[in-house]
Amino acid sequence: MSRVNRATATQSFSVSFTVGLYGTAFGAASIAAGFSVLQTCFLSLLTFSGASQFAVAGVMGAGGTAISAIATASLLGTRNMLYALRMAPILRVTGVKKVIAAHITIDESTGVAISQEKLGTQAMKEGFWLTGFGVYTFWNIFTLLGALGAQAMGNPSAWGLDAAVPAAFLGLLWPNLTNNYERAIAVSALVMAIVLSPVLSAGLPIISTVVLAVVFGWKART
Amino acid sequence: MSTFWIVVIGSSIALFALRYSGYLIPEKYLTNPRVLRINTLIPIVLMSAMVGVQTVTENGKWVIDQRLAGIAVAVIALMLKAPYFFVMISAALTSALLYRF
Repeated sequence: MSRVNRATATQSFSVSFTVGLYGTAFGAASIAAGFSVLQTCFLSLLTFSGASQFAVAGVMGAGGTAISAIATASLLGTRNMLYALRMAPILRVTGVKKVIAAHITIDESTGVAISQEKLGTQAMKEGFWLTGFGVYTFWNIFTLLGALGAQAMGNPSAWGLDAAVPAAFLGLLWPNLTNNYERAIAVSALVMAIVLSPVLSAGLPIISTVVLAVVFGWKART
Repeated sequence: MSTFWIVVIGSSIALFALRYSGYLIPEKYLTNPRVLRINTLIPIVLMSAMVGVQTVTENGKWVIDQRLAGIAVAVIALMLKAPYFFVMISAALTSALLYRF
């Protein structure tokens, strides 16, 4: 990897740190749900998918069975599989690198990668790896702090973290929305997920918007 | 083994299997123009959906609060072509200030 594009590096770091901070919220939620500190850390190290981890904590905290917790995590994890389909032809990894790439295929690494599209494949790759490792590092550090009961940060809302995270994703999305057709697709997905939120259980409103990608992608772009 | 350990190990295996399977699909199946278009759109719709859900819902309910103001400011910043870091900070500051007052 040659010199990393500075804009890409800055973006990777911003996303990694902001999302990583949310690890404290997961750490605390996981302990409250009944997991030990060690189990909480293992969830962040090995499951490493925010949406799935929060769902696991939610199900177990509500007294759910192991099967239902794993099933919910898997359902939300299909998102990561879809990201892998997008990243595979860009990363072209083999062997151990493929294993590592798979493990850090998350919303953030894919998001930063696709937002570098105009800078070329090399920048997309750099964005993916930097963000993947960056989130992995911060997410795990802050999970541990949260699990140990670090209350220093208090409520994420008090620091605006609740808006910084969607803003981070919006910022990654923005360069991909270059014409009205793409904007229409994005707005449709956003509205669909919001409308479905009270009806479907957590995570499903998001994954269900894949239908829109299929419908819009089926016919040629006009 | 406790239920909690089963969940930790089970969800970790499930997540890895899902992600890795995405990388195992031969590239020839992904080069069809239609598949390529759909594939490019997938992260876009998922992230748009995520922005919506994270901004105006909470535990499956619609909630309008400081987050929406934060995102509105982020949209303005993006339209003014502000740097990425500034977009995030402006959203965070707006939301935090409204939350505290």
